[in-house]
Amino acid sequence: MKVLVPVKRVIDYNVKVRVKPDKTGVDLANVKMSMNPFDEISVEEAVRLKEAGTATEVVIVSIGPQQAQETIRTALAMGGDRGILIKTDETVEPLGVAKLLAKVVEEEKPDLVVVGKQAIDDDSNQTGQMLAALLDWPQGTFAYKLEKDGDALTVTREVDGGLQTVKLALPAVVTVDLRLNEPRYASLPNIMKAKKKPIDEKAPADYGVDISPRLSVVQVTEPPVRQAGEKVEDVATLVSKLKTAGVV
Amino acid sequence: MAVLVIAEHNNAALSDATNKVVTAAAKFGGDVDVLVAGEGAGDVAAAAAKVSGVRKVLHADGASVAKQLAEPMEALIVPLMAGYDAVLFAATTAGKNMAPRVAAKLDVMQISEITAVIDADTFERPIYAGNAIQTVKSADAKKVVTVRGTAFEAAGEDGSASVETVDAPAGPFKSEFVSEEMVKSDRPELAGAKRVVSGGRALGSAEKFQELMFPLADKLGAAVGASRAAVDAGYAPNDYQVGQTGKIVAPELYIAIGISGAIQHLAGMKDSKVIVAINKDEEAPIFQVADYGLVADLFVAVPELTGAL
Repeated sequence: MKVLVPVKRVIDYNVKVRVKPDKTGVDLANVKMSMNPFDEISVEEAVRLKEAGTATEVVIVSIGPQQAQETIRTALAMGGDRGILIKTDETVEPLGVAKLLAKVVEEEKPDLVVVGKQAIDDDSNQTGQMLAALLDWPQGTFAYKLEKDGDALTVTREVDGGLQTVKLALPAVVTVDLRLNEPRYASLPNIMKAKKKPIDEKAPADYGVDISPRLSVVQVTEPPVRQAGEKVEDVATLVSKLKTAGVV
Repeated sequence: MAVLVIAEHNNAALSDATNKVVTAAAKFGGDVDVLVAGEGAGDVAAAAAKVSGVRKVLHADGASVAKQLAEPMEALIVPLMAGYDAVLFAATTAGKNMAPRVAAKLDVMQISEITAVIDADTFERPIYAGNAIQTVKSADAKKVVTVRGTAFEAAGEDGSASVETVDAPAGPFKSEFVSEEMVKSDRPELAGAKRVVSGGRALGSAEKFQELMFPLADKLGAAVGASRAAVDAGYAPNDYQVGQTGKIVAPELYIAIGISGAIQHLAGMKDSKVIVAINKDEEAPIFQVADYGLVADLFVAVPELTGAL
């Protein structure tokens, strides 16, 4: 089974973002960037499938600026076999990403695409589902556990209220949730080895897909700031404050 | 202008999330219809017909849509969209699963977790874990939108819409439902609760989590939430997680117990009306958003609080 894993370069999850004063976006200059945390889980799962003998090859793909190559290298150091960088300096919306990925799927013919459930920058939670729709493949979103079972994949999903298990005919698209696994750290020897693994460089134009944005950003603003609160001395004071506020 | 709302339900009862989406749909300024897809969900369709402002309810009944899996729901919704300018889903796991699939089939961008409708093309939505609010204008002919429930009031229930039957899709489909394991709880549902008490890693164990959190929640009639750390450590089920990637809540009272207040947690609760933090680390970031902060050992303070209420 061949597995394709899309990864996204995003602002590091620990960074507190700042909105630009001109309200055109958030300030990404000189900010630490990393692999989207959900994508680390996707890579880890694909590598585990390979280690278990279930997957034969793990192909990493990223759409973004030249620096997204570093994100691909990280995934290769975790155990990916080779990479594809679709280089663009434009912001590509999930629909455009899904269309490009659908083309990569046509070329690469993977049996499984493992996608992070959402990117922590745009918080869209769309790409995997859109890709499944474009390919007419089944989807197993928010995966908590996955098991290959012959030509099918059993996916336990994190849903509101608990867990739901579905069975998908392969090929399929799975989006991963936080609890699927604990991603490994790339070791230094593996980081060195990853430098030798091939990365194919492409451009969106190579795929003949229209990725022009459908949404225009009117403005980006700061969320409302909460008024500073107060520290209370003890439980009795807390209870009386809450009673005065009418919330207990 | 006509807007279709996809009802959220468990085949027995209509979720309050649907009423909130109807409120958002009404802001588009056109007719609002509700689609109830399920199996044996006649009561749900009847309940949807009573939601204020609904013109008509479309009811699809069949085994293929019993669990509202994305593929059959796509097959049901996409053809219906010939008659609608927009389709709205609750930003729940069910809505998030279906909406992008429908959008891609319609070749439109989906708009996730809107918190305000400026006009029928323009919406506000949080990005970067709620640290920025983006206003986006859609150039697509049809809008596919998920709605953040906490940002809209629930529509009332004085409506009297008609119910029309539509065919459930026949299939076969490439995905099938196998089983589910739902967390049983008599407490209010987290996303819609008026009060939430939430526990973090500092509780130390699943036993302590239950021993301290549940009596306090019961005393307050509150739902119980948890930080990611508490869920990852196995103190609480996944479904309890509040935050960027878990549930988004905005209750009247949110009590954060032993939760440091990471960016990702704040994303899920910082719109709560009153926030209380109990933490022994006075430098914990949670105190920066708390209206009332108590620097104390939670193992002493929580039982005392439960006793004092």
